[in-house]
Amino acid sequence: MNLTIKTWATLGLLAAASAVFASPAYAQATLDAVKKRGKILCGVSPSSAGYSYADDKGVRKGFDSDVCRAVSSAVFGAPDKVEFVPLNTNIRFQALQSGEIDVLSRQTTMTFSRDNSLGLDFGPVVFYDGQGLMVNSKLGVKSASELSQAAICLLPGTTTLQNLEDYFKPRGIKYESVVFEDNNEWRNAFFSGRCDVITTDRSDLASVRAVANDPKQFVILPETISKEPLAPVVRQNDSNWKDIVSWSVYTLIAAEEYGITQANVDEKLQSKEPEVQRMLGVSGDLGKMLNLDNKWAYNIIKQNGNYGELFERSLGEKTPLGLTRGPNQLWTKGGLLYSPPFR
Amino acid sequence: MATAAEMDALNLSRAVLPPRRARSLTSLKPYFGTPLNALITLVCLWLVYRVVTGAWGWLVTRAIVEGGPQACKAGAGACWPFLAAKLRFMLFGFYPYDEHWRPALAVALFLGAIIFSMIPRFWTRALLWLWLAVPILCGVLLYGGVAGLPVVTTTNWGGLPLSFMLSFVGLALGFPLGVVLALARSSKLPAIQVIAIVFIEVVRGVPLVSILFMASVMLPLFMPDGVTVDKLLRAQVAIIIFAGAYIAETVRGGLQAVPKGQHEAAAALGLGYWLAMRKIILPQALKIVIPPLVNIFIGFFQDTTLVTIIGLLDFLDTVRASLRDPNWQGIAVIEGYVFAAFVYAVFSYGIGSYSRFLERRLKTDHERSPGR
Repeated sequence: MNLTIKTWATLGLLAAASAVFASPAYAQATLDAVKKRGKILCGVSPSSAGYSYADDKGVRKGFDSDVCRAVSSAVFGAPDKVEFVPLNTNIRFQALQSGEIDVLSRQTTMTFSRDNSLGLDFGPVVFYDGQGLMVNSKLGVKSASELSQAAICLLPGTTTLQNLEDYFKPRGIKYESVVFEDNNEWRNAFFSGRCDVITTDRSDLASVRAVANDPKQFVILPETISKEPLAPVVRQNDSNWKDIVSWSVYTLIAAEEYGITQANVDEKLQSKEPEVQRMLGVSGDLGKMLNLDNKWAYNIIKQNGNYGELFERSLGEKTPLGLTRGPNQLWTKGGLLYSPPFR
Repeated sequence: MATAAEMDALNLSRAVLPPRRARSLTSLKPYFGTPLNALITLVCLWLVYRVVTGAWGWLVTRAIVEGGPQACKAGAGACWPFLAAKLRFMLFGFYPYDEHWRPALAVALFLGAIIFSMIPRFWTRALLWLWLAVPILCGVLLYGGVAGLPVVTTTNWGGLPLSFMLSFVGLALGFPLGVVLALARSSKLPAIQVIAIVFIEVVRGVPLVSILFMASVMLPLFMPDGVTVDKLLRAQVAIIIFAGAYIAETVRGGLQAVPKGQHEAAAALGLGYWLAMRKIILPQALKIVIPPLVNIFIGFFQDTTLVTIIGLLDFLDTVRASLRDPNWQGIAVIEGYVFAAFVYAVFSYGIGSYSRFLERRLKTDHERSPGR
């Protein structure tokens, strides 16, 4: 009797365990699931200026959101078949692993350990960032090596503190880190002189400076103490879906390179360039190889614009964030953006 | 049976009562009676004056009434255009703009039902039906999918309706759970008692944040592949469980405060356990615990903002999200938080005043009954 109970209990545990650890049944089928649902579930930041934020009408705007819209255009031929799932940094990967979202587009840095230990795959880098340091010009500091015993304001980030440690420790520079939970407090602590230095990704530093009463008072030091390539993330073992996300991003980049914009994409259908023809689906059947409509890339550009247009719309110099392209410029113009050929 | 006259004779006459304490503001004696009192009064008056003029200057005199972010950045007063531009987002979050009437109507229905139920004249059985109907109606309004209303999935819910829903549904369902747990914990059956104790102590021993976190991170990993439980539902269940454990301990305190004689009297009348509880013990116990319960209610209304850590945007979070709009970033921070504080204060004050009314209304013991 006792034995039977034990046997049953063991069997039950095994069944439960196999249910938990079994390889995902949907591994190859994200596209099917997405089509069936009629919507892409896209994990974004709850609110992050420039990347994912609400406009006055509560519509999600920003660079990361637009990347999701591009994927939606590719799959559905319409940019609005996206359901944005706001996720904090601490639950973003689990949400992807458990199938709560199909793609994570949330200022996520691609790193070796994330790529190889989480059961996830990174798409192409959409934004090259790096952690920087900003100081008050009154300090007269010109370089990070001149810092000593500085109080450094930071957010309880994922890698921010570790990057500081990695950079300062080998150089024998002592510092005091002051951590803030809230964005506004963190910023104001720096403005009010609680800290000598404020640190975060350079793109964020620019927006912090834009908020200051007198932006000229603050200097971003030349050192970039870490590499932060931000990329969309998908689940591992679904190459079709990964290809769709990757080539949607490449389409944005390639479109800028070939001078295709939201406004002139219809004219470009007449283009004599074979590569443009293949990309826009005038010739060849690239779309079918992705299991998508042949107009997929045309739809992305027509409905969202190219990379440059996305950038200028959310982050560029005409926005309050006022970011310059920097490394996020086409390789032909001295930047790092490079799309493999469409052939 | 004592006659009324005998009762009167037994009761001490009012003349013996101590004189009512002078409470009128017209008498200056309490404020300026001694030099120290006078000093304290003057300091307080000065503080009040500074706060009031300061607030008035910020809110009205120096306020920026029109213009955009640039005007607010240049000015020194409250930035009303920020509130005007962001009000609907703060209230309703990412709910589709053209459908905002739905959450608005749901909140109105809900508040209407609450105000209606607060009035003692309407305390009838019909209220029960009202409270079955209203939440369902609100849910249907918010979710849609019937009568041509487009479906709005819960990921887009946010703002004030979400705050209300999480806290009030949490408390409404947590309350019966709490009462049952309290009864179980004071039960004479060991098995039931142990289960209740373990449940209550485990839940109370863990912060709400970690329960929410478990519900949103761990639970999906244990689910079969492809099966996901709605994130909002998970948070809601976590809050119900948490509220239940806290309410249980409060109610248990009330149960213990009911004199043993009441139990014995009920037993002497031949009432069984459930009947005695329902008719005699619980009404008294619950009446005793109104103040601490209200405390829990107000606390929970504000604690629900913790759902921010799992990415749900309740009212405080939609306010914070508005502050992240690049156009307004760093410009209207105080305005956002003052507005949030104002809204929370209004509702918390409302709950508090009603509880004071309820205490007076349900007061059945005699004014001068000797202390227990």
